[in-house]
Amino acid sequence: MSLVARLLEEAGIPTVILGSGKDIVEHCGVPRFLFSDFPLGNPCGVPWDREMQHAILQQALDLFETAEAPRTTVQTPYSWDGDAWRTEYMEIRPEDRAELLRKGEENRRERAEKRAREA
Amino acid sequence: MAEPIEYMERSRLYYEAQGFDRAYRWAMFDDVPFTPLSKPLSESRLGIITTSATYARTSRDSRAVDSGSTTEPPERLYADDLSWDKKATHMDDRESYFPLLQLEAAVAEGRLGSISPRFYCAPTSYSHRETLTEDGPEILELCQQDEVDIALLVPL
Repeated sequence: MSLVARLLEEAGIPTVILGSGKDIVEHCGVPRFLFSDFPLGNPCGVPWDREMQHAILQQALDLFETAEAPRTTVQTPYSWDGDAWRTEYMEIRPEDRAELLRKGEENRRERAEKRAREA
Repeated sequence: MAEPIEYMERSRLYYEAQGFDRAYRWAMFDDVPFTPLSKPLSESRLGIITTSATYARTSRDSRAVDSGSTTEPPERLYADDLSWDKKATHMDDRESYFPLLQLEAAVAEGRLGSISPRFYCAPTSYSHRETLTEDGPEILELCQQDEVDIALLVPL
């Protein structure tokens, strides 16, 4: 998505990325980034919390106007309920290793099949 | 306050545990383009770009640039094939990853000019080249056809 933002911006279309993968977006380098420190999946706000979603969207619109230079990151003031997701996302527990390897093999097989279909 | 998750490092370890022998090379640039607004927000047409799909895409499906109507929008979008925190949350509330109602409210309030008649689905690709030379230009073309002035990109 960061690459698309760069292409649009180069073509004269100002962009704001609203996302939760801070290190990934900032590593790439984008013009304007509104960061929600939430689990990946709901950068616009907690599901069904219309008040929060409204405030976050307002912040995104504000950022179009307030950013003066590229690599402008602003963080939303909200936090997710609980912190368990911070350790559990992509957590590798010793008992999961065999299953992870199996998943990897499945993933490689799918990719190879997809490549063969698209070739 | 907790530090944000370091996703690049975490996914490197995760895919290593899955038996992938080469770490993913995340996109990185020294120069970043920047275009200031050419007109006030209240006169601008905004395009929404999402990484989700209009159909229940699976990891076996090929991903492609797609678009849908913002005037008759789908009730939900789909991204089961992408990496996001399926344990901590869900996609049942479209507004949590595709803020169309809030954008419509901004238009009604006069804060935003209008919303592009179409929204755009950007397929996240493993290949930077594919995004930069194929999918990205295709999204740009759709935005230009719809006379989009500004774009809000919401990756899951």
